[in-house]
Amino acid sequence: MSSSTCEFALRMGDNALILGQRLGEWLGHGPQLEEDIASANIALDLVGQARLWLSLAGRLEGRGRDEDALAYARAQHEFRNCTLVELPNGDYAFTIVRRMLFDAYQRVLLGRLAGGAQAEIAAIAAKSKKEADYHWRHSADWTLRFGDGTDESHRRAQGALDRLWGYTRELFVPDPVDPEADSLRGPWLALVEPLLKEATLAIPAETKFISTGKRGLHSEHLGYVLAEMQFLQRAYPGAKW
Amino acid sequence: MSEKEWPLWEVFIRSKQGLDHKHCGSLHAPDAKMAIQMARDVYTRRNEGVSIWVVPSAAIAASDPDDHESFVEPMAAKIYRHPTFYQLPDELEHM
Repeated sequence: MSSSTCEFALRMGDNALILGQRLGEWLGHGPQLEEDIASANIALDLVGQARLWLSLAGRLEGRGRDEDALAYARAQHEFRNCTLVELPNGDYAFTIVRRMLFDAYQRVLLGRLAGGAQAEIAAIAAKSKKEADYHWRHSADWTLRFGDGTDESHRRAQGALDRLWGYTRELFVPDPVDPEADSLRGPWLALVEPLLKEATLAIPAETKFISTGKRGLHSEHLGYVLAEMQFLQRAYPGAKW
Repeated sequence: MSEKEWPLWEVFIRSKQGLDHKHCGSLHAPDAKMAIQMARDVYTRRNEGVSIWVVPSAAIAASDPDDHESFVEPMAAKIYRHPTFYQLPDELEHM
């Protein structure tokens, strides 16, 4: 395994970690008690996935950093998550539509990785894929209800999609770490497009903008996520309870 | 935001194959599909079940607690309806 495998594991881990942290912000603020619990469950699933990927990244890196060191002691430019997952939650429609776009991506990507040649990656992917399938079920269901719901929910869901769509391009930009990233877009669209159609949501026009989070160049929002997430370990290094 | 409350659902969970579904609580959800999904998150987070039923709470007909005297109490005095007078062989377990 090479340093690009380590880099890839960081991307997977950071995507799950940052989105998990974002979802965690809803805890106690969800629109309904039941939805609050569902959201928190999904956040926990993602943090669990992040632990597996970051542990793997730490071992591949070989500098003695464990999952905690990677999660709590890296600076913003060292994070490799896509920009999509670090954007602020916005309203519940934005939170759901963002997750739907990401969940579809995860399903396609993890499905492919689960059948891959590297045993450790395949094992993490196979475990995570089952969770991603459920996450998609939840986010796709709500996307449908918001899109094809009331005028208000439709307006909010479409607004969310308009703002988020541009950030999905980054997921499919190939580079040496992930040379086949572009081949995932077809299967991803095959999940997302029929859902959006059924939800009466219009796919926004493509733009030239490509975000760069997975290369470590983040939006201004990630710093705030990290400040909250890392505060304790930075103020009290090695704190345990 | 929610002028209209979501209806209430009763949740039944089967903890293992072969066992009965048992009532375990209730929750609010907009429809049956969502109720099952939410029941999964609210009641089976710790691997409590293999199957979930949901029933609209409004669809449940219940006995009236005020009928207790005539409806329940008379049963208490009829010990001959309990099969406690049979001699059970020692080999029979779990009775």
